Amino acid sequence: MVNYTSPELLTINAARLLRDGDVVFVGVGLPNLACNLARRTHAPNLVMIYEAGVIGAQPARLPLSIGDPTLVSGAISVCGMYDVFAFYLQRGNVDVGFLGGAQIDRFGNINATVIGEYDHPKVRLPGSGGSMEIAAWANRCYIISPHQKRRFPEKVDFRTSAGFLNHRKEREAAQLRGTGPQAVVTDIGVLQPDESGELILTALHPEKTVEEAKANTGWELRIANNLALTEAPTERELKILREELDPQRIYLKGGD
Amino acid sequence: MSKIYPLSDAIAQFVKDGDLIYAAGFTHLIPFAAGHEIIRQKRKDLILARATPDLLYDQMVAAGCARKVIFSYMGNPGVGSLRIVRAEIEAGNLEWEEYSHFGMISRLQAGATGLPFMPMNPTAAGDLEKMNSNYRQIIDPYVGKPVVVVPALKPDVAIVHVQRCDQEGNSQIWGIIGEQKEAAFAADKVIITTEEIVDDSIIRSDPNRTIIPGFIVDAVCLVPYCAHPSYTQGYYDRDNSFYLEWDETSKSKESVRKYLAEWVYGVKDRHEYWEKLGEDTHERLKVTPRLSQVINYGSY
Repeated sequence: MVNYTSPELLTINAARLLRDGDVVFVGVGLPNLACNLARRTHAPNLVMIYEAGVIGAQPARLPLSIGDPTLVSGAISVCGMYDVFAFYLQRGNVDVGFLGGAQIDRFGNINATVIGEYDHPKVRLPGSGGSMEIAAWANRCYIISPHQKRRFPEKVDFRTSAGFLNHRKEREAAQLRGTGPQAVVTDIGVLQPDESGELILTALHPEKTVEEAKANTGWELRIANNLALTEAPTERELKILREELDPQRIYLKGGD
Repeated sequence: MSKIYPLSDAIAQFVKDGDLIYAAGFTHLIPFAAGHEIIRQKRKDLILARATPDLLYDQMVAAGCARKVIFSYMGNPGVGSLRIVRAEIEAGNLEWEEYSHFGMISRLQAGATGLPFMPMNPTAAGDLEKMNSNYRQIIDPYVGKPVVVVPALKPDVAIVHVQRCDQEGNSQIWGIIGEQKEAAFAADKVIITTEEIVDDSIIRSDPNRTIIPGFIVDAVCLVPYCAHPSYTQGYYDRDNSFYLEWDETSKSKESVRKYLAEWVYGVKDRHEYWEKLGEDTHERLKVTPRLSQVINYGSY
């Protein structure tokens, strides 16, 4: 039996969603680890784009911020912020966007802005950064989040970025370029949108239960008819993460 | 007339109380030394605009320089919360105006190119557009579909740190180039801080690398290590441990006051600040060279 932490489980399952040749808009932390893991395993031709304007980064060390100098050295191209959002993202040159947030709701809308009222915030969060446009315009979006009831409310307090709005039809009517969130990877399993855009449980990680998933979701979580079981993290995946990508265990130590 | 100023003189001459300041740089080349000088000169009621306020604006807000912030991501990059700006907003003490990164940078792009506004494709997210009336929707006159627009941002002063420039302020940067060019072209006044002032012939040897032409620059200040605790590509590394420590420092007003007393008010200039950081820090932030291949422009 292989032991692993919750961030390792999230990262490995996120990495598996990437396809070889994908152009990915990457964030720091777990998405960065997931992309670098995919690049070292099944997706050697992954192109990593960072919102700081770095195209085709090959970081030699673990980047600790979105603008780490290691992203630049050895990259294919560096452009300004306007260019990365306009020429790459808005133009439709990004296949995958990774998103996270304080709240993710039943239709995959994300709140990264505020808990409580906007004008009188109870908790003021960092805000959109790139996520408003990534959620709209990346061809596919994946969300990574620990599975906790407070993080998965029926409806977000503030819609920083669009999932399926109130129904898949609403998103389609908005004629956004991207197809919206394709999967939410949590430390219990994987949620995916059904035909209405509602997130339902489509896979469980080893040793996790439907009851756990339901108890940690703020709406009445529906379960896919053909509920899958994810493959446990392999020793190879864990070895790459632990020995090559985050040897100091900055993001992988767990306990969140 | 020479444009070369000591940083303190440039701030004294070009930064006024109440100004809208854009201290540029996306994680890279953040002009901390200029922010510290603004704090030392006790400017107040400033409107501080940056995509990512970063620790620089946290410190300037803590020092009482600002009445408002304009931003698109208010966090301590790679660490977590930007505690002081956040606390002041939550307490209702600080005005704010908020965009997504693309909205923010589109405002600068409009300002930099002399346009009244910039269009963007809709994102359907909706809530930020409801809360910030600077976001508007108009109809694309060609196909009749809605586009989102934001107005030009025109800072009174842009402050841009660069690797090298000549005496006129013809400035070259490499590495992450964020929104430096846009900030400089959008602003009324431009202050360049630089790691090195080089001969004009060096700039002319590689014209594609020049991001800002000297004729839009008002002041050139030689300020090595200006960007610490952020970094200058190829010159010194980002001081990530400082960013982590600030997460602790900024938890209490008393420790922030002590920090400012020691590291901002307590030093005369950036040179003294850098010396005070000490050799261990200097050594830790050193960068191994990795040179680009020389290219051939040709003689014509």
